[in-house]
Amino acid sequence: MTIAQQTGELRLSHLAELEAEAVTTMREVAAELERPVLLFSGGKDSIVLLRLAEKAFRPGRFPFPVLHVDTGHNFPEVLEFRDRRIAELGEELIVASVQDSIDRGRVHEDPGDPSRNRLQTTTLLDALAEHGFDAAFGGARRDEERARAKERVLSFRDQAGQWDPRTQRPELWNLFNTVIRRGESVRVFPISNWTELDVWRYIQAEALEVPSIYFAHERQVFDRDGMLLAVSEFLQPAGGEPVMTDSVRYRTVGDMTVTGAIRSAARDVDAVIEETAASRVTERGQTRADDRTSEAAMEDRKREGYF
Amino acid sequence: MAAPAHDLLRLATAGSVDDGKSTLIGRLLVDTKQLFDDQLEALGRGELAHVTDGLRAEREQGITIDVAYRFFATPRRSFIIAYTPGHVRYTRNMVTGASTADLAVVLIDARKGLLEQSRRHAHISALLGIRHVVAVVNKMDLVDWDEDAFGAIEAQWRRDSEVLGIPDSPAIPLSALEGDNVVSRSRRMPWWHGPTLLGHLETVEVARDRNYEDLRFPVQRVIRDGDFRGYAGQVAGGILRPGAEVVVLPDGARTRIERLETYDGPVEAAFPPMAVTVVLADDVDAGRGGVIVGAHDAPVAARSIDATVCWMGEQPLRPGSRYLLKHTTRRVRAGVERVEARVDVTTFDQRDTDELTLNDVGEVTLSLTSPVYADAYERNRATGAFILIDERTHDTVGGGLVRATRAGGADPAPRSRDVVWHPSHLDRDARWSATGNRGATVWLTGLPASGKSTIATALERELVRQGRMAYVLDGDNIRHGLSGDLGFDEASREENIRRVGQVARLFADSGVVALVSLVSPLAEARRAARELHEVAGLPFIEVFIDTPVHECARRDPKGLYARARAGRLRNLTGDGMRYEPPERPELIIRTTEEDVDGAVARLLEWLP
Repeated sequence: MTIAQQTGELRLSHLAELEAEAVTTMREVAAELERPVLLFSGGKDSIVLLRLAEKAFRPGRFPFPVLHVDTGHNFPEVLEFRDRRIAELGEELIVASVQDSIDRGRVHEDPGDPSRNRLQTTTLLDALAEHGFDAAFGGARRDEERARAKERVLSFRDQAGQWDPRTQRPELWNLFNTVIRRGESVRVFPISNWTELDVWRYIQAEALEVPSIYFAHERQVFDRDGMLLAVSEFLQPAGGEPVMTDSVRYRTVGDMTVTGAIRSAARDVDAVIEETAASRVTERGQTRADDRTSEAAMEDRKREGYF
Repeated sequence: MAAPAHDLLRLATAGSVDDGKSTLIGRLLVDTKQLFDDQLEALGRGELAHVTDGLRAEREQGITIDVAYRFFATPRRSFIIAYTPGHVRYTRNMVTGASTADLAVVLIDARKGLLEQSRRHAHISALLGIRHVVAVVNKMDLVDWDEDAFGAIEAQWRRDSEVLGIPDSPAIPLSALEGDNVVSRSRRMPWWHGPTLLGHLETVEVARDRNYEDLRFPVQRVIRDGDFRGYAGQVAGGILRPGAEVVVLPDGARTRIERLETYDGPVEAAFPPMAVTVVLADDVDAGRGGVIVGAHDAPVAARSIDATVCWMGEQPLRPGSRYLLKHTTRRVRAGVERVEARVDVTTFDQRDTDELTLNDVGEVTLSLTSPVYADAYERNRATGAFILIDERTHDTVGGGLVRATRAGGADPAPRSRDVVWHPSHLDRDARWSATGNRGATVWLTGLPASGKSTIATALERELVRQGRMAYVLDGDNIRHGLSGDLGFDEASREENIRRVGQVARLFADSGVVALVSLVSPLAEARRAARELHEVAGLPFIEVFIDTPVHECARRDPKGLYARARAGRLRNLTGDGMRYEPPERPELIIRTTEEDVDGAVARLLEWLP
């Protein structure tokens, strides 16, 4: 057993208890909803979700496919990792591409904004509708952001995919009410109660592989509004933004144009845990330009149907 | 990896805007270094209380309207804090927050003593089975750190917590604003020799609160792979060990646990709240909703439950109301038999009432259409809890705590003991998912010529157009064959309805949407058909086609009313024979107000 299950005769470690809670949630949703899907970004939280799905359903197959919303601005390391990991699992992968949504005229790029973060909401909602998915597992955690601190484990969306924080169903004990109408759907966050540090400790305990960009590496970056952004084909520094080569790593994985790196020398999981435990800034505050736009940025995007 | 002595404590707290709940949580987070610089900065003036404001609506109104969660950890323990407003109109939020908590923190303002709000929160915590309730006497700075002020409140708290039967209920004097006795020991209250709040939270023993005596394992799903067949679930009570003698309910088969599987390999013991997969020694018929229990301590198959219910619905709960009830992994229909009393969550008094409104807590008796295997909540929180779901709005409208169970009504028994149901080798889930179907029965009842068949055939057409299997079981058509031997007297009509109910159930089980179009005038016969489905875990949607008799007589496509008037037809329902309209159908269709397309659209919403 890779996670120490018991701390005493009848006690679970906190990670084992969080794991049991998440596994139970996933099984419950898979049993009660008709067509679930697991949203996989290639980031550490969804990597943990895949392991939890193995814990919940092996030796059987996952009772759902895996969906990746590809912004077209992904780190190549992440795409390579995605394909390898899903192949190892032998599960079905569906890729929904933001580029397709643009090509089909479903969304339009803002010439002044290289980020495709907002556009992926449409791609996601279209993919859910196209395949008739009525439940989508996501790796969101309540410690990430203030609006998420109040979101339920099961978050109900109306037929337009929107979230209304005022009509959330109470969640009592571990008894989930999964009754929905046709066309409605539910987002499910099995690791709601995990912190960033819990995720890393779980990755360590389970010896999970994560994309290499989570560890310190040399990269060409430039400073924009206090964030270190990578030079890439999708994003170039403006005049007056000097490019430097630095030892950096990422705390989150998203659209390359809005995901910032941090200076770091942490080259393995142990070092990342040490750094995370000592960090004085939240992962989103430090590395996600999209959440810094306004104080209620996340709440607004969730209302629109974001993850 | 060596076992770390690091576990999880879930705690709940409640309070209003000015009693320092938010400041206390802010203090815990800041002093345990869990609050990040950008969060502190986003707080603007850096007021601790703003740490707990989540949604914009709350920030704008300056109130907390929901349950929110914060996390912090020390080297000894990880903590999840659920916090809610403390006003009586947020009782439902407090109940929700307390339902998963091991420990509650009740805030008391040192200047004011034990007021309504603190007592209410203590009562709800005790009701929800929390065995550790800490009274935090806050704002000691405002009473000059006075030992006597604390002592008076502590004495009052002792009396209250004894009345409530809370086994572990210490009081701790502190100042959340100044930080005294929260994380760091106060130098201004040298008279205090007890622990700091964090010191207490880090050391209180809660693992023993779970039930390790009565083996209870509700089955969430069956996991199959080749020859492997295991029952996946979360242990709800007792300690499971390979070799243990068990009974599988509702089937009643007796067998042994062969082994306990996990992704990481077999384990020697499984206890709450572990998630494992149980492999049984014999091939028994168990599935989701079933429960594996100890051979010698099986719970009764309860068809009647006395419970304390915390009401969360906008519409009141009254005798006769019907809901979906979810207990462990089982969903059944429940009807309210009686509302006995309302409990005043502030004074702890009971008052007579016949309904529960939003935020009420009361004692009720429920009758269930198929049994649940429940224990008393005070014996086991996992198997003594249930939720009530409104079938129309789909909202969670109540949280229930079982006080007592009774076997109540009997299961519909087979006619002869020699006739046993022959289970197919396929189970329903496998059949339905392979064929992409989901069976159900839609039962349309109403007077002759009310429009049942018109609506049934329109719905059938639409379902088939959508690629679903649907079939109309029309009253007249059934009488041509299956019920060709029956007449029209009351007993024959009842027998006809029984046959149609049985056929519909088989259709639904196979994955077909059975559309029954049948006058079915008697409530009892329809209830029997419903029960048949619910026992089998199949959806049954009763639809009342509500057309006034004069309108039916005007339409009269088969000339029945005309013949009755001419004295050539007796026993025409609604004319000579009584029709009992359904009291609580899933759907009412008034054909004088709604067209067929509208009716079909509404019916589609009810289908799973």
